[in-house]
Amino acid sequence: MTMKILVPVKRVVDANVRVRIGSAGGVDTAGLKMSLNPFDECAVEQALRLREAGVASSVTVLTCGRPVCQDVLRTALAMGADNAVLIDTANASPDSLGIARLLHAFITADTDTDTDAYGLVLCGKQAIDDDIGGVAAMLAALLGWPQALNASAMEAAARGWLVTCGDDAGTATWRLDGPAVVSADLRLAEPRRVTLPSIVKAKQKPLRTVDASTFNVPLGTQIRIVDMAEPPVRQPGIKVADTTALLGAIGSGRLFQNVGA
Amino acid sequence: MTMRSLVVGEWKDGAIADATLRVIRAVSERGVPVDVLTFSSVMANAAVCVDGVERVLLASDDVPNPETLAAFLQHIASDYSMIAASHRTAGRAALPRAAALTGNAFLADITRVVTAQRFVRGLYAGSVVATIESTGATLFATIRTSSFAPACATGGEASIVALEPIAPFTATVLIDRQAAMQDGSDLASASVVVAGGRGLASKENMDTLGTLARNMGAALGASRAAVDAGYAPNAAQVGQTGKTVAPDIYLAFGISGAIQHLAGMKDSQIIVAVNKDPDAPIFSVADYGIVGDLFDVLGELDAHARATGDAQ
Repeated sequence: MTMKILVPVKRVVDANVRVRIGSAGGVDTAGLKMSLNPFDECAVEQALRLREAGVASSVTVLTCGRPVCQDVLRTALAMGADNAVLIDTANASPDSLGIARLLHAFITADTDTDTDAYGLVLCGKQAIDDDIGGVAAMLAALLGWPQALNASAMEAAARGWLVTCGDDAGTATWRLDGPAVVSADLRLAEPRRVTLPSIVKAKQKPLRTVDASTFNVPLGTQIRIVDMAEPPVRQPGIKVADTTALLGAIGSGRLFQNVGA
Repeated sequence: MTMRSLVVGEWKDGAIADATLRVIRAVSERGVPVDVLTFSSVMANAAVCVDGVERVLLASDDVPNPETLAAFLQHIASDYSMIAASHRTAGRAALPRAAALTGNAFLADITRVVTAQRFVRGLYAGSVVATIESTGATLFATIRTSSFAPACATGGEASIVALEPIAPFTATVLIDRQAAMQDGSDLASASVVVAGGRGLASKENMDTLGTLARNMGAALGASRAAVDAGYAPNAAQVGQTGKTVAPDIYLAFGISGAIQHLAGMKDSQIIVAVNKDPDAPIFSVADYGIVGDLFDVLGELDAHARATGDAQ
């Protein structure tokens, strides 16, 4: 018995770009380099490794957004994903729960008996734009599946998965029985490089667009951003010549406040 | 709408966790009654003494897995307009799950409470500060503990309410928990943090930095680059995807200062950077910078710390 893996991904401002508040009071993303969310890239890589190990039959990548988001799906297809789905949300901007509801609706509607069922949803632990990290646990809740967040290692187990997750003080290893939702830390799997032939090949792979409204789920309007600002800039400090000067500037009483405590 | 707040309590070293006291302080700024959820009678008896707590809910005699905790919260959510926990592993796993079970929104890492329904949090690794209004029945949210002072652990006179047990979620089983070897004090609550980056160049050198941290009574932190290179454990990582700290003094050794790292430490009161590259971005946020060999500074500080310790 094998399974399909679903990897939900997000198109975000590239990690190396510094965003600014535009004149309209929001983040001005026009002209900025956009990328596949780095954590999602690790999730795609781990999914591909599970398929290559024979655990899964196929890897589907999915994103919710406007048609422009197809570029990150093509990136994932070039990495090796088998097919892609864009859930077109048009002008809506769903919150985490809205995204989880769309994913849930997609998974439960996908009852094609000719193929395997989804046995794993693997996604990044957070998107680097909104930094919330809510979708994985929300989707697991809606599916009634076990969850493991911030995974740094995982393997298939007899009845499900063994997942090692970053914890406050170290790591914790969980056994998840049955289909599960796992979110990836950057350490889960280093993404492979995309080669030119694979980019060309990716253009031929199936990419399906589904209108979000066909799922008839509320996309979430319970939270609303009322103001965005850039944080106060730290005043530039001074350079000091050496350790002695540093001790003089801070005061050794303050620097060594805990010595012997 | 029921205007009450619930804090999911944590227990650490035989007391209500400092992180929980800070969450209690944060949600009390909403100006509505605060309840605390506890997982043992010992914990409940400690929670009733916390200043500003009205009711202590006693859930079970064992800390549940995130899925079971979420089911607990689902059960009692309609009594609350906000359910909060510290921005740590347990809350980050259980709260969004409970939010979805009850059809509510989830927000992570709140840094300021403006009103009962308005909160501030960072976007884009803290490059943007957003004020967010919640209009749902119950908001689920994790709180950045370094942004709030702790509530007083004494002076309260709360009552204890025992909750009905619920069926545990059994498809998730904890197999093993491994604490990373840790030098110095607890990173999240330390008043002095000594952190190392890729400039440390080896695990041995990071261990030497750990010795300095121990001798200073400081906590050891690390950049992601240093963690990825295997110099320091994951739990030591400071930054966008690691821990957020705001100590009195943050000493950064050989850390270049990527925005993702700055997100985790730029609210420190005093930042000291030691780096051989005068153009390292860390110097743009450092109050005091030393351009030079970090090993010289490390050794000299260690000698001073030992001398201070011996003099006491």
